[in-house]
Amino acid sequence: MIPDAAAPELRKDQRHVFALVPRGARVLDLGCGDGALLAALVEHRGVRGHGVEIDDDRILDCVRRGLSVVHEDLDEGLAVHADKSSDYVILSQTLQATRDPRRLLHKMARVGHASVVSFPNFGYWRVRLSLLFRGRMPKSPQLPYAWYDTPNIHLCTIADFDDLVRAEGFVVQRRILLNGRGNPMRTSFMAGWRASSAIYLLRH
Amino acid sequence: MADGEAIEASDPGVGVVETRSVTLFTAADPLQLDSGATLGPVTLAYETYGTLSPERDNAVLICHALTGDAHVAGVHAGKDDPGWWDDFVGPGRVFDTDRHFVICSNLIAGCSGSTGPGSLNPATGRAYGLDFPMVTTADMVRAQRALVRHLGVTRLRAVVGGSVGGMQALQWALDYPDAVASCVIIASTTRLSAQNIAFNAVSRQAIMTDPDFHDGRYAEHGVIPHRGLATARMMAHITYLSEEGLQVKFGRSLQDRDRVSYGFDRDFAVESYLHHQGTKFVRRFDANTYLYLTKAMDYFDPFPDAAAAARALEPVGCNFLVCSFSSDWRFDTSRSLELVQTLLRHDKHVAFQEFRTALGHDAFLLDVPAYKATLKAFLDRHGRAR
Repeated sequence: MIPDAAAPELRKDQRHVFALVPRGARVLDLGCGDGALLAALVEHRGVRGHGVEIDDDRILDCVRRGLSVVHEDLDEGLAVHADKSSDYVILSQTLQATRDPRRLLHKMARVGHASVVSFPNFGYWRVRLSLLFRGRMPKSPQLPYAWYDTPNIHLCTIADFDDLVRAEGFVVQRRILLNGRGNPMRTSFMAGWRASSAIYLLRH
Repeated sequence: MADGEAIEASDPGVGVVETRSVTLFTAADPLQLDSGATLGPVTLAYETYGTLSPERDNAVLICHALTGDAHVAGVHAGKDDPGWWDDFVGPGRVFDTDRHFVICSNLIAGCSGSTGPGSLNPATGRAYGLDFPMVTTADMVRAQRALVRHLGVTRLRAVVGGSVGGMQALQWALDYPDAVASCVIIASTTRLSAQNIAFNAVSRQAIMTDPDFHDGRYAEHGVIPHRGLATARMMAHITYLSEEGLQVKFGRSLQDRDRVSYGFDRDFAVESYLHHQGTKFVRRFDANTYLYLTKAMDYFDPFPDAAAAARALEPVGCNFLVCSFSSDWRFDTSRSLELVQTLLRHDKHVAFQEFRTALGHDAFLLDVPAYKATLKAFLDRHGRAR
């Protein structure tokens, strides 16, 4: 099931993040990119949304969409955002590109009541087999970069993320695992192999 | 920006324009000032570009910086000098005059056509000089508000300003929340730092200790305190540029000579450049105005504490755009971020972007392509009638 046909313009994984955010919530989207998800949330969900982005061209896209967006480096901190100023802090497909993911998760817990974190699963079977048989750092539509030229400096598997979440004391309220086609998996059987990406809803 | 250049090559901008003036307050019906004093008559010099829509909903106000004037764009008949932001204003430009009706006025206390210390004091029959009342940023904006209403506009699509102009833009949003749909604050701050005030203080000292100052009555003595005013400008000008910018432009190169003079000539090109800037400035700007406007900057502080910020921002519903430049050390990015933080804490809609450039504080006036693109996108988006 693909939730909410109200936002057909979104990527499949974004639609699942979209569906986790209730109407009228206060949302902070970290690494909001061109603002597609945030704009959909503002338009269809009536959220009070702010974005954070570092790239000039993407900020321009956000301004064109009329979004509230702050030019900020996630690795530098979320200094301009007040404690618990958001209901949901979204980190969509960005965690793996940050310098200190653990610290960022704690900062998200500071500024929000809940975090929505999505990331590609480095334990996905295609990734494992690619490394096993080709002996080279895997590339895929989700991970298209060469090892020497990738923004993804902190890739992890679902098991890795579960470990971190447990160790840091975050509460997992929901976990959505997406298969290779981007559809939610019905069972968690062999999830660490079968999921190509994961979306976590963490409560603080 | 290859496309933009191609358009501009064949594009005359707004063409020939004229500065107009209107008397908005009289001695009988004066402008009330924050200090408790009153000012009347008050005349504002202003220019407009583009056409006010029949619905009167397409007006954009530009607020000029410390030494600016109403002549933003185009040329005056018989003259060659374009306005101070000419590249930004015209058909298809950042301030698109095919869509927006653009207004700019010279500040009160100014020296380019608006009532200021050089104007006649009706009480004495001679120029005000230092008898001119102290004016604040809110006073300047109050006078602009009267002009905007005089032009038939009750709600502005946008108020835009860089540096001191950004302070006015913010003041507009706070004082007239119903009259401002969006607010653009560029290379500015909500309050001067001790260092900023210190620079202003030295500038004023340079002017006031010039032997030709005569307590501000230099005009009556047939002189101007040109040394003090030029020194003030030279020092301020250094703060408008970045160290890197100066280094790239001048380095240690010598001016009109092959070796140093071992004397006190202007050996270095940067000395000659600053001297030229000072001399040029004295010809167009009034020393008393410099004193008044720098003092108004010093006093500006709309958010003295958290409670005041909450009160001031409570009725504000406009969209903000805040811009800073990486090499600006007069009002650096952290100053813009303070403002952004305050706006976010009060749940305001704000876009903020820092632009990478070596052009320093002056970058807000210059062709920084990413900056122009964002500014244009914001004005086109939030400039729409709603």
